[in-house]
Amino acid sequence: MSKRASVAGWVLLALLLVALSVWGIADNARLFLVTVLNGLTLASLYFIVASGFTLVFGLMRNVNLAHGSLYLLGGYIGYVVAEATGWWVLALAAGFLGAAVVGLLLQVVILRHMQGQELRQTLVTIGIAIVIADILLWIFTGEVHQMEAPSWLKGPLRGIPIINAYSQYRMSLLVLGVVIGVALWLFLNRTRVGMMIRAGVDDRAMLAAAGVNVNLVFAVTFAIGAGLAGLGGVIGAVELSMVPGEDTRLLLASLIVVIVGGMGSVVGAAIGAAILGLAETFGLAYAPTYSVVFTFVILVVVLAFRPRGILGRA
Amino acid sequence: MSAAKWRKAMNPGALAAQGAGAPILARLDRRFAGAAASPATVARESSPTLDSAALLRHGLLLAALIVFPFVATPFITFQIGGQCLTLGLIALSLTFLAGYGGMISLAQMTVAGIAGYTVAILGVSGTAEISLNWPSWLVVPCALLIATVCATLIGWLSVRTEGIYTIMITLAIGVAFYYLVLQNYSVFNGFQGLQKVYPPEVFGINWRDPLPFYFLALTCAAAGYAWVRYLVRTPFGIALQGIRDNPRRMHALGFNVVAHRVAAYAAAGFIAAVGGVLFVWYNALITPGSVGTSWLINLLIIAVLGGLRHPVGPFLGALVFVLLQTFAIDLIDRERFNLVIGGVFLAIVLFSPDGLLGLWAKLRARMTTRAAGVGRSTISTQRP
Amino acid sequence: MKTQKRRFVTKLLGGAVLAAWAVAAPLGTAVAQQPPVKIGVLATLEGPFAAGGADGMRGAELAIRERNGMVAGRKIEMIKASSDAKPDVAVNAARKLIEQDKVDILVGPLSGGEGIAVKDYSKTQPNNTFINGSSGAQATTLTNPSTNFFRFNTDGAQWMVGLGEEALKRGYKRVMIIAEDYAFPYSQVQGFMTEYCAKGGKVPIKAWVPLGGKDYSSVIARIPKDIDALVVILGGADAVNFLNQYEAAGGDKPMLGGSITVAQDVLNYRGKRRESLVGTLSAGPIADSIDTPEFKAFVASYKKNFPDGYPSPGLFALNYYINMKAALDALEAVKGDLSGGQAKYRETLAKMTVKTPVGDIRLDENRQAIGTTFVTEVVRDDKGGLYQKVVRAIPNVNQMLGQKPADFQIGSRDVPNCP
Repeated sequence: MSKRASVAGWVLLALLLVALSVWGIADNARLFLVTVLNGLTLASLYFIVASGFTLVFGLMRNVNLAHGSLYLLGGYIGYVVAEATGWWVLALAAGFLGAAVVGLLLQVVILRHMQGQELRQTLVTIGIAIVIADILLWIFTGEVHQMEAPSWLKGPLRGIPIINAYSQYRMSLLVLGVVIGVALWLFLNRTRVGMMIRAGVDDRAMLAAAGVNVNLVFAVTFAIGAGLAGLGGVIGAVELSMVPGEDTRLLLASLIVVIVGGMGSVVGAAIGAAILGLAETFGLAYAPTYSVVFTFVILVVVLAFRPRGILGRA
Repeated sequence: MSAAKWRKAMNPGALAAQGAGAPILARLDRRFAGAAASPATVARESSPTLDSAALLRHGLLLAALIVFPFVATPFITFQIGGQCLTLGLIALSLTFLAGYGGMISLAQMTVAGIAGYTVAILGVSGTAEISLNWPSWLVVPCALLIATVCATLIGWLSVRTEGIYTIMITLAIGVAFYYLVLQNYSVFNGFQGLQKVYPPEVFGINWRDPLPFYFLALTCAAAGYAWVRYLVRTPFGIALQGIRDNPRRMHALGFNVVAHRVAAYAAAGFIAAVGGVLFVWYNALITPGSVGTSWLINLLIIAVLGGLRHPVGPFLGALVFVLLQTFAIDLIDRERFNLVIGGVFLAIVLFSPDGLLGLWAKLRARMTTRAAGVGRSTISTQRP
Repeated sequence: MKTQKRRFVTKLLGGAVLAAWAVAAPLGTAVAQQPPVKIGVLATLEGPFAAGGADGMRGAELAIRERNGMVAGRKIEMIKASSDAKPDVAVNAARKLIEQDKVDILVGPLSGGEGIAVKDYSKTQPNNTFINGSSGAQATTLTNPSTNFFRFNTDGAQWMVGLGEEALKRGYKRVMIIAEDYAFPYSQVQGFMTEYCAKGGKVPIKAWVPLGGKDYSSVIARIPKDIDALVVILGGADAVNFLNQYEAAGGDKPMLGGSITVAQDVLNYRGKRRESLVGTLSAGPIADSIDTPEFKAFVASYKKNFPDGYPSPGLFALNYYINMKAALDALEAVKGDLSGGQAKYRETLAKMTVKTPVGDIRLDENRQAIGTTFVTEVVRDDKGGLYQKVVRAIPNVNQMLGQKPADFQIGSRDVPNCP
């Protein structure tokens, strides 16, 4: 697509969105603003989960379709820990660590031996996803598990103009998402390990030739990616509850975020998550019947015009 | 360029170095890693000529399949035989795309579902407000046409990106279709789906009776099998396999890589569409559950289980799958069916990426080596 | 060449296995054509509904155990089959039970969509009798009913009869409906609104949440200020999730629950609004606190037979129990005579009145149950816990909800409507 045409396309899109926003505010300002907040907070959750996915793909070119199961696993572990100790922060840590350990095992025991065979790795992760999901179903049954927000995050934030009240917990999600995003960015761009990861994304062979223990870097990255999924699981257990089926939903959300935002880019994941979160919540608020289809339409449109995603790299 | 000329043009000497029967997945993965495979291996692998021995084997198998319903109960004929052939046909489309085209598409069940829904909507179903009651000689070709067109569109969307993306994108498209038919009541009847979708009565036969349905499915499956085997030996098929192994080289040679791939999607889509029509007639209903994520993944499991290297693989995989699904409750806790099938799938991908056929190949190879004694270079089971 | 030989042997072996199986299978079943009466029970033992399916199996088994495994001098052989709430899987399982395991009677399935598919299948097997398990879709017996499919449990719409009137009595004149977007909630909403709208209630907005969606923030944002209550038709745990999100967003409207909403999860709710749950109205075919002797005996029998089941039998256990009990009572009445294509048996089923733990049930002309619905309210017990108290028991609720058959429409997103 020519430069001029693509710029024109973006401008048109922006104008459309502005027009819709103005109509939304005029129609029901409270609903519009609450929906924006809802979308951004949901986007935070999606970002946390999808960042792990894109990290793993960006470095190891491994489409880890067991990412959703790791989300569910982290959530259940967090639930058990929260029930046992009553500490939400402990549950967060447990969810992160539990999923990270499982991810590490997965990488070291199985996936490492197939390095280079991306298709086979993907199929293996599908198999593992099915197995993990069924084991979790066996242990926890199909009942819905709801975790409680910590008492210092429960209840509404009052006194906000126009909106009046908004969930404290959801607001904290926004904060958490930003914190994790910044931490991830710092990790990737300001630490040695991050530098190795970025180098590996660009040229794996050169990284190995430079004397770096590539296997270790891969293992650490995979563990972090899996841990992020588990962390997302604990967060989601409070806001969305844990039930079989959430794993597929979050996996698909991660896929969309990463395809739209671009594989291997954390900033891309943030952008993709924002687009998905906002699209989903606006869809649910204004046109609930086809809200989910709408999000996939966005995916298709992005694919049609920018197959690599918005910030994607090869 | 004809197939024979193509083969002559390539250097058969490189064959020994590569290994004629390298596992499909390994070859696909080598392609992604940038390594080049000699097209000669492609040519060799894909063109076992139909000599008299092969004809005899095929004839014997066909005879066994024809005699089968007369020795089995109607239940086995219909639920095992009919379902196995139908699922195998849909999975054949995936095997064709993945094994010969190098594109693993999780949207094949979606294409089959589109054909099924079209049959239900345009034809007769239990939901009179939606079904248009067109005559079946019009409905079936329309369904095949619409599904093939949709498959082409899906292909066009998916081929714009690299191999791994194909799985993700086709999965997303499949799920999008699921949500569309789940939420829409005016055309797809939402959650309930469409019931009572029966095949038409042609020549006075009720085609959903066990015997007629079995033979209908057998005819379609045999036709699909024969067509795939023929297709992979045509210049198009060979070019497709060349594209699977090294798209850059093919592009440099002047082949339109994207067009070939989209055409492959269309061909596979047609096969899946036929399977989809049979499937909706088998179930006599179609619901969003028929095109949901579990069925999308099940189809992949069936194709990989049997082996992506030969068109008989999906039917083998479908047989194992249907047997497990039907009789698992008598043997093990049916609740853990997903665990069993997932575990089997995992084991296959880990230890025998070419599925049951690959397992069989290895066993045969080992037996032959032992029999021969001296180091014989058997079919390679190399891992890169 | 070796490759081809390999493939040949593969195919030959495969064919041999197939042939062997096909020959062995009918031999295996031939032995079973004996005096024991074979009853197949189909429930969702896989997937997310597995817990409910297991409870349903327990209910069916309880009915058999209460007869000591015998009916009319014949032994009862129960054969289990499983599905995963998908209609095609349910039909495959039903077909296996009927054609392969050769059961005489099939009790099942559990979920609504499966029920419609199994009903369609029953029409192809005129010599067998199909009795529902727990599926509650209205269309099963209203649209193209099958002459050999019987449902002795009331459907989702019937379960909400009485709630509308009670809501109006409490002063809830305008309500908002929050329900999942598929068939069962449609029927529940219809059961509620038919009465509620007819008596002057108004439903200005219905929020249909996509199936499986857990993010209720958008729905909560749409709750208008001028409604009196929320009618929440979500599963128990989803209702807790909703309440949490609603409370966090600062909401405080009272709630009315659907038949599966006010479950243990809600009664054990630990949020700040727990006190405001007192007084929540609901309706359904069962309530923990029904104090008739029959129900108490049923609960005791369930607890005794299944110490590892739920603390109290749930919806699915009750429905499967009722349907299996009807099957066995009718068998007793015809003295175990299933000859003549089971015609006499079906005639008995259609005309009998079944005595169940929740009252008498008989069938209408579509072989659909006419039974009792209980309107309940959440109250505090003397230990400070919450439980459901029966406010009213409404007998003889029929599938048309008291309307004329010509006027009756199956519930959907827009039917009924009274904004």
